[in-house]
Amino acid sequence: MAFKAIRTALAVVGFGLVGTMATAQENPECIAPANPGGGWDFTCRQVGKSLQDLGMIGKTMQVVNLAGGGGGVAYAEVVNKRNDSNDLIVAASSATATRLAQGAYPGNSMDQVRWVASVGADYGMIAVAANSPVNTLPELLDMIKNDPTSVSVAGGSAVGGWDHLKVLIAANAYGIDDVRSVKYVAFDGGGEAVTQLLAGSVQAFTGDISEAKGFVDSGDIKVIAVLAPERLEGEFNKFPTAKEQGVDALGANWRGFYAPKGMSDDAYNIWVEKIGKLYASPEWKATMAANGLAPLDLQGAEFEAFVADSVAQIQSISKEIGIIK
Amino acid sequence: MELLSSLGDGFAVALTWQNLGLALLGCFLGTIMGALPGLGPSNGVAILIPLAFSLGLGATPALILLTSVYYGAMYGGRISSILLNIPGDEPAMMTCLDGYPMAQKGMAGEALAISGIASFVGSFLATWGLILLAPQLVKIALLFGPAEYFALFALAFMTLGGVSSTNQAKSAFAAALGLGLAMIGVDTQTGVPRFTFGEVHLYDGLDFLVAIVGLFALSEVFIFLEERHGAADAAGRKLTVGRLTPPAAMVKECTPTMLRSSFLGFLAGVLPGAGASLGSFISYSMEKRLVDRKGTFGKGDPRGVAAPEAGNNAAAGGALVPMLALGVPGSGTTAVLLAVLLSLNITPGPLLFANNPDVVWGLIAALFIANFMLLAMNIPMVGIFTRVLMVPPRILMPIVAMVSFVGIYGISGSTFDLLVMIGFGIMGWGLRKLDVPLVPIILGTLLGNAMENNLRRAITIDNGNWFTLIDSPLSIALWAFAILGFLLPIFVGRMVKMRMRQRGDAEGSVID
Repeated sequence: MAFKAIRTALAVVGFGLVGTMATAQENPECIAPANPGGGWDFTCRQVGKSLQDLGMIGKTMQVVNLAGGGGGVAYAEVVNKRNDSNDLIVAASSATATRLAQGAYPGNSMDQVRWVASVGADYGMIAVAANSPVNTLPELLDMIKNDPTSVSVAGGSAVGGWDHLKVLIAANAYGIDDVRSVKYVAFDGGGEAVTQLLAGSVQAFTGDISEAKGFVDSGDIKVIAVLAPERLEGEFNKFPTAKEQGVDALGANWRGFYAPKGMSDDAYNIWVEKIGKLYASPEWKATMAANGLAPLDLQGAEFEAFVADSVAQIQSISKEIGIIK
Repeated sequence: MELLSSLGDGFAVALTWQNLGLALLGCFLGTIMGALPGLGPSNGVAILIPLAFSLGLGATPALILLTSVYYGAMYGGRISSILLNIPGDEPAMMTCLDGYPMAQKGMAGEALAISGIASFVGSFLATWGLILLAPQLVKIALLFGPAEYFALFALAFMTLGGVSSTNQAKSAFAAALGLGLAMIGVDTQTGVPRFTFGEVHLYDGLDFLVAIVGLFALSEVFIFLEERHGAADAAGRKLTVGRLTPPAAMVKECTPTMLRSSFLGFLAGVLPGAGASLGSFISYSMEKRLVDRKGTFGKGDPRGVAAPEAGNNAAAGGALVPMLALGVPGSGTTAVLLAVLLSLNITPGPLLFANNPDVVWGLIAALFIANFMLLAMNIPMVGIFTRVLMVPPRILMPIVAMVSFVGIYGISGSTFDLLVMIGFGIMGWGLRKLDVPLVPIILGTLLGNAMENNLRRAITIDNGNWFTLIDSPLSIALWAFAILGFLLPIFVGRMVKMRMRQRGDAEGSVID
């Protein structure tokens, strides 16, 4: 009898637990694996605010900045410490896939987390200061080709990171064989890198459109190439693509989220649904337009497959250009 | 004239009951957060972001609330520095050096009051600097490339010697220890982890707050535990609190110090990547070089309290310049504020002043209002704060330990940080026994990474040519100051000491 009572009690407790799981995201939290001001931080805060504005989460999304190791600190933290959290999503992007592809998160792989959904893609761009003599991408790449030491390219990611890879992809497409001679200087985030471009310490900047928008609007920097298949919409339409300048280089930085592997299926589905709904809303479309985000509408399993493809693709590029063996 | 009318518009925005109430709330919470060890301005602001959002505040009120917290925390940090010798946040570290000795001499009231006034002067002048010079100052920030930043950090370290100890070698040892600790973590220039021993928490490097609270607060507790058996000096430690308002002579004596420090602090704040800690540090060490003829700095000189406080509050204002005008944060706290701006759909950057004048001028007006509120709030509260000294150490010390643990756990919610803090506490206890100053250790961990990264960036940009470090007039000037600051005390210091010995140590205290 007593035994049965205990079992019942356990079952009740168990159901209670399931109950709390079903009402997941009571305290929604988003980890931005970088310092405030960068792309991941933007993803977390913008999505958090939009979800709240649309009434999809009751509380303000708590944004935790967990910088370090190009996202590796956050990744390991989620895998090791937060594996069963139902409230948590983590901002991710091509940079995350890049590091996973290159084995730069020691001991971690992409199947240790669940990939939730994308919220858009941010095409890469290469810019120079407004007063630079360089006006087109081939001009810049010619300078690098003739004397790689004459051009320093600044970016917000560490060496081997996505900002770095974008330049290498462009250089490779232009026929620069020894891409490792391209001089890349790593800064703590796109903001610092742009500042150094304005200061004249470096000759070119590689980053995402959304990182440099303020400076493009003010006319301080000149975007010489967007690494997109065709020209972007709206006010970004005036920037030429690399492709139309004869450099067949694409660099789409998708933005999205992953969640802990141990998250319950219920919680996972709720997150997938919420982000999907957010993506479809006109409010989010407006945010995307204002920030130069291009469409990329993938949720759940579809997104998971996309990330797997993307990791495989970057792996082959990295091998081709000699970053990994 | 246009400027004044813009400012007038700003006051029109800021002077609503709601905004005044938010500023008052922000100032109050900020002061408390600043005073608690472990909670600094950046955590304080980050903690209140959800509050601002869930109150559904618009852009301007939200910014008013958060910048009031920011300014409040900069004021509050000094309180625990002076009363307990435990810095409430990083920039308040330098205030310990003279603030605590003043409190020990029974001048806690004066120390709190003069530092409150210095804080006011610093941030008041900095706010004017922000209004008048923001567009021009951005150009100064742009003069600083990696090579210049490296020279600036070198300047900070080379003038370190005389700051906190009579023994230069011990200072140098402490700074080297700090720099070594800064190397822990993933190296951004290559993405390779260093000294992490596979421990993922170390990938991010050591948290300065953990180091500060461990080194200063916990080691204080350990020292107390050790000495308790000897003379349970609860009675002997009965301190007088001193006057609650500073004598006019003291204010007069400190005025030039405050003005100079405000200027230096403001400049340090304007440079992204330098920030308030460097501001208060440079202000203190310059002031020591300039006016410390009797060797009273470090023994309770009011000017040694006024200098870092004016410096760090001016730096807080200065740090808003690159944040608003470039969209690049000049300190940890402005990085958080920047993120708030972004999520409110305001793009900081060159066009902010043109596109969102109501936000900018409303914010600036709010800074003035917060500043006066803080002065009005802080001076009468000196009497309340000083009561802390009446608490016998056997009660106070456990409270210090508790606040330290709760504060540090609150930052990241990780027990690993608590272990690191205890480690630092034990290290601090040992180093105090050896008479090694603690301030340079913190400076080393705080600035070491930025210094290293800038060195390597500079060298990469110039293809491995080390002469790039002295390639611009600005960096040459910085190096010259650094070398002078390093060599002068070695020669002049000896002479000054000789003269001092001749004069005898007749004057026991600075203010008679």
